[in-house]
Amino acid sequence: MAWLCSRCNKVQATFHLTDIARSGEKTERHLCERCAAEEGLHAIEGPISMAEAIEKFVIGPKAAAPLQNLVCEQCGISYREFRNQGLLGCPNDYDVFREVLAPLLERAHDGGTHHVGKTPKSLGIPRTTQQDVRRLKRLLAEAVAAEDYERAAELRDRIRKAEQP
Amino acid sequence: MSAPLDAVARRAGEWLRGEGPLHEIVISTRIRLARNIRGYSFLLRATAEARAEIADAICAAIRKAAMFDKYVNVDVGELDELDRRLLVERQLISRQHAEGSGARRVVFDHTEAASLMINEEDHLRLQVMRSGLQLDDAWKQIDAIDDALEAHLEYAFHAQYGYLTACPTNVGTGVRVSVMLHLPALRLTGELERVVHAAKDMKLAIRGLYGEGTEALGDFFQVSNQITLGRSEADILDDFRDRVIPRIVEYERVARDALIRERLHALDDRIHRAMGLLRSARVISSNEALQCLSHVRMGLHVGRLHSVDLRTVNELFLQTQPAHLQKLQGERLSGEQRSVARADLIRARLSHN
Repeated sequence: MAWLCSRCNKVQATFHLTDIARSGEKTERHLCERCAAEEGLHAIEGPISMAEAIEKFVIGPKAAAPLQNLVCEQCGISYREFRNQGLLGCPNDYDVFREVLAPLLERAHDGGTHHVGKTPKSLGIPRTTQQDVRRLKRLLAEAVAAEDYERAAELRDRIRKAEQP
Repeated sequence: MSAPLDAVARRAGEWLRGEGPLHEIVISTRIRLARNIRGYSFLLRATAEARAEIADAICAAIRKAAMFDKYVNVDVGELDELDRRLLVERQLISRQHAEGSGARRVVFDHTEAASLMINEEDHLRLQVMRSGLQLDDAWKQIDAIDDALEAHLEYAFHAQYGYLTACPTNVGTGVRVSVMLHLPALRLTGELERVVHAAKDMKLAIRGLYGEGTEALGDFFQVSNQITLGRSEADILDDFRDRVIPRIVEYERVARDALIRERLHALDDRIHRAMGLLRSARVISSNEALQCLSHVRMGLHVGRLHSVDLRTVNELFLQTQPAHLQKLQGERLSGEQRSVARADLIRARLSHN
């Protein structure tokens, strides 16, 4: 279906917008290219990256604008460059771009926000078996729920072994 | 420099032996760890000097650990295109590493079970391969390699984000577990959707072996984890070992049984036609060879074919690929010449079995 621009009513609309208000109410608007440009809207060219999508839809354009120009003092990379390439410039970027990276990481890692697992020995973080035991107990509960008693028994033995001093 | 690689082309890596648990369906298990050295930029922003220093620091750490005594250390930048391609076909290095630039190396052991890529996307990428489904064994080795290197290197590590990587999709554990599956029956019965669902349910990615498209060649599929932050290495291994892989293997077994029970003539026809084609062809493309070898491999596993051994078939998967063919022939070949050489090689290998 072809729409006429709802702003100038002269040209065929090529921008189709759906505004969703906080109340959930939707408003549809159809604009031609010129009117869209005058309202400060631009088409997204090519496939958009995950970083771009997060920035556009999660953080919002207003918040993202100053972040675009964030630059890491150590490696010199700007957030914009990272966004275009998908690769960071140095370890420090994780802190410099934290505000924009955090939602991106959470989304890419299905809600994961903190590292769980192996750590370098040199940091002296004790490698307790607590984490293992917690995991095994979770698996045990699942095995019992699934009535897989053979597996439950095996897991119970592994937990006992892990809990031995 | 390519002398050690000539020998490489003639043998098959340990992981291609076609042994190990569930080997009739699980081809191989691979675990990869991404690590970076503290105090240096990631490679995108590293100067040529920094790249060289990173490579030197990692090589020095490798020399200090006795476990790497018998590893081969190769300067990837100095290899010609054919040798780089050979290493890619053997999965010792990634395509990205082969096509990269600047100081970069690969260090691998003679069984090809372990390889260390230096200056790939991250400063260091460790990789361990196994035949069949051997997650815990593979983890044990890569964990030990990581520990041995860490004793002499300081990794970039963040209190919240864990091991820091150039791409945020690898941050945290930096671990990527990939299991390669052979699913010819599910493909023939049109049930691959079930596999895709099984993988997606657990947030795992699934893709074809050769080529990035959804249409996999030769019925081979790779399942790998996507999440590296917020889930431990053990959690990820559990998903593969206890949930996803057994489920997919079961689907394939059921599909194979159904084919034998309900469509035996059609199945036998596929298998024996594939064998006939491989034994008769004078010109064969790598895609056609891959598809035929896939059906022959299934034929061996379901007991409908006995005239060839599994090892030969597994080796042919590798040796019929372009770089291997040219290495074995000892000369550069055009695409058309390769198709002839491939057909000759296959006939020679299959006629004596």
